[in-house]
Amino acid sequence: MSKKDVIKSLKGVAVDHYKNTEDYVTETMPEPDRVYLPCVQHMGAPCTPVVKVGDLVKVGQLVADCDKAFSSPIYSSVSGKVVALEDFINPQGVRTQNVVVEADHQQQMYEGIAPPKVTNTQEFLKAVRDSGLVGLGGAGFPTHIKLSLREPEKVDTLCVNIAECEPYITSDYRNVMEDGQDIIDGIELVKKYVGKITQVFIGVEDNKPKAIQRLQLLTQDKPYIKVLPMRSQYPKGAEKVLIYESTGRVVGDGMIPADVGVIVMNGTSIAFLAQYMKTGVPLISKRITVDGSAITNPKNIRVPLGTRFVDIVQFCGGYKEQPRKMLMGGPMMGIAIYDDTYPLLKNNNALLCFGEKETKAIPSSACIRCGRCVRACPFSLMPAAIDRAYQAKDVEKLKALCVGRCMECGCCAYVCPAKRNLVLTNRLAKQLLRNSAPKK
Amino acid sequence: MSQNLVIVPSPHLKDKATTSSVMLDVIIALIPTVIASAFLFGPRTLLLTAVCVGCCVAFEYLFCMVTKRESTIRDLSACVTGVLLAMNLPVSFPLWMAVIGCFVAIVIAKQLFGGIGQNFANPALVGRIVLFVSFAQYMTRWETSSGLVVASATPLGLLNQGSSELPSYLTLLFGVHGGVLGETCALTLIIGGLYLVWRKVITPTIPLVYIGCVFLFSFALGVDPLYQILSGGLMLGAIFMATDYTTSPVTEKGKAIFAVGCALITVVIRLYGSYAEGVSFAILLMNILTPHIDNLTRNVPFGGKPAKSKK
Repeated sequence: MSKKDVIKSLKGVAVDHYKNTEDYVTETMPEPDRVYLPCVQHMGAPCTPVVKVGDLVKVGQLVADCDKAFSSPIYSSVSGKVVALEDFINPQGVRTQNVVVEADHQQQMYEGIAPPKVTNTQEFLKAVRDSGLVGLGGAGFPTHIKLSLREPEKVDTLCVNIAECEPYITSDYRNVMEDGQDIIDGIELVKKYVGKITQVFIGVEDNKPKAIQRLQLLTQDKPYIKVLPMRSQYPKGAEKVLIYESTGRVVGDGMIPADVGVIVMNGTSIAFLAQYMKTGVPLISKRITVDGSAITNPKNIRVPLGTRFVDIVQFCGGYKEQPRKMLMGGPMMGIAIYDDTYPLLKNNNALLCFGEKETKAIPSSACIRCGRCVRACPFSLMPAAIDRAYQAKDVEKLKALCVGRCMECGCCAYVCPAKRNLVLTNRLAKQLLRNSAPKK
Repeated sequence: MSQNLVIVPSPHLKDKATTSSVMLDVIIALIPTVIASAFLFGPRTLLLTAVCVGCCVAFEYLFCMVTKRESTIRDLSACVTGVLLAMNLPVSFPLWMAVIGCFVAIVIAKQLFGGIGQNFANPALVGRIVLFVSFAQYMTRWETSSGLVVASATPLGLLNQGSSELPSYLTLLFGVHGGVLGETCALTLIIGGLYLVWRKVITPTIPLVYIGCVFLFSFALGVDPLYQILSGGLMLGAIFMATDYTTSPVTEKGKAIFAVGCALITVVIRLYGSYAEGVSFAILLMNILTPHIDNLTRNVPFGGKPAKSKK
């Protein structure tokens, strides 16, 4: 690693923040009449239901699991009766099953819930798996896999990601303001059981001065934890960007952060970890931001997992106008959904609904080669050139242009004056490369 | 409940800038120069500009109609070409010849190569060069009927003839001398350039490197460098023509190489060529090299150079 005193900031775009809900204290949404718990809410092997129709379940009781390590168990967020196991296609297009539980509104806790006994790394990782935790920032990567290190002695840095660079979303910010101590406790747990961590960075965009202040206060007697204010320039919360800007290390092709000695965890994930070790209550609810022009009362709310979006919107005062676009996640990387009966998944951190005005899009036109996408890309890729190479299906050129490194942050498509769908092109180009790769 | 929700790929937020807003910015940046020309050369400036803009838009509209494509006149790029072409003509230029220039620029240089973003050379520049070689005597006729400027040769023409009475720097800055409409007033061109940089329509690389290198090369070859950068089409070319998106390299490194090449050719033509002026030929030649410069100056992406794949 070359010693650089000043770490250069990666590029990005200045996106309007729309942090309308930052001062809204989290409200707890009461359990809905029914929850729909998909068996795939994570990257990895799908779970299969361990309950049958007609079974009675309690809050925090296991409803679906998988014997593979690369997976994450699913728990019931309500007490009541399993009324159906129905087919479901998740947002990534994976066909799976929903465990549908009808709530009895008693919210009885499962008797088996107790704080896990953890004395060593092995037990810690088992507890993390049992908690049902996946990366809550968006990717849904099972946390216990991330923390199972091949070379533990190499990992010396923990980065806690509270950049929250996506517009609209304030749930991570509310997590700091309301459960800040849990973040610090979570850091201590990971530091104790994982790798040889000697330095911890908490990355926060500088548009959240109160969060920075609070974290500095909470960490003032811990010299190894450094709160890192980052310039508010999307996408500072991207994993490789955060690693580079805190440590100067570059995660190259085919590498994972642990290869450069870093673990990155989302602030909400790490706070949940601390809460779980204290109470033993698995991941059954999630703090999300509900906002957008079509929502009557935008809120930050704690919602039982599996609650349908239509019920969440109802809790937020219903639709203010006919919704035309609904997003799971933020506007830069969020997924548009086709139906508001979708259930809330573990890794959702926002639900945004927009009306006609925000949905209207200018049709895309020919590239004028202005170079804005090239100047915006945090990874210095050349989206316009990738676009042309993809139109020509030029596999060699796509490889030379390193399209595989694109993280799909959306900066290129954001700045494009011709409104070209550059992110979509990059995805298709990556697909083309995968399909053209020689079969093993 | 089915609500007819719109499904589109991310990102769901887009910047306000559009192709037409970018082109509008270029037109706004050219307005001071158009006004200055009207003062310097008289009201026929406005007539010539209006004819060029009108013809460029009309040719683009007609081409799209004939080839059964969706009309692209709303992106305003044809307007920009029209204004730029007009700024490259002397005030007394016959209108019917200007129409030919517009046809060459829009139909031959731009649309036949695929329209906006696909042309290999700046359309206005091609229009100018075709008019220059076809109607040389009309393109170098500097008499005016009204306005501040009286008939005189261009500053570079005077220099070429070995004239002893050269205009002062201040005269050059305000453009009170002979020349094509848009090239004389350096001041308004610089204001337009600053506006484009401020609006982030262009990066300052090409104008700065181009003008800076012309200054350096002229100085090295023993001619008055300040006189060289303030006269002829250099300001107009460096700020408005060489920065054309489609025909200049994408990366800053590529832009710098492009601009150095432009400067070198310009100075060589001015000092040793048979023409007094070399900006338009310089930019045209570098336009042709742009795809190669682009290939040689690709960004190194974050994570280092890609692994070499076999040829």
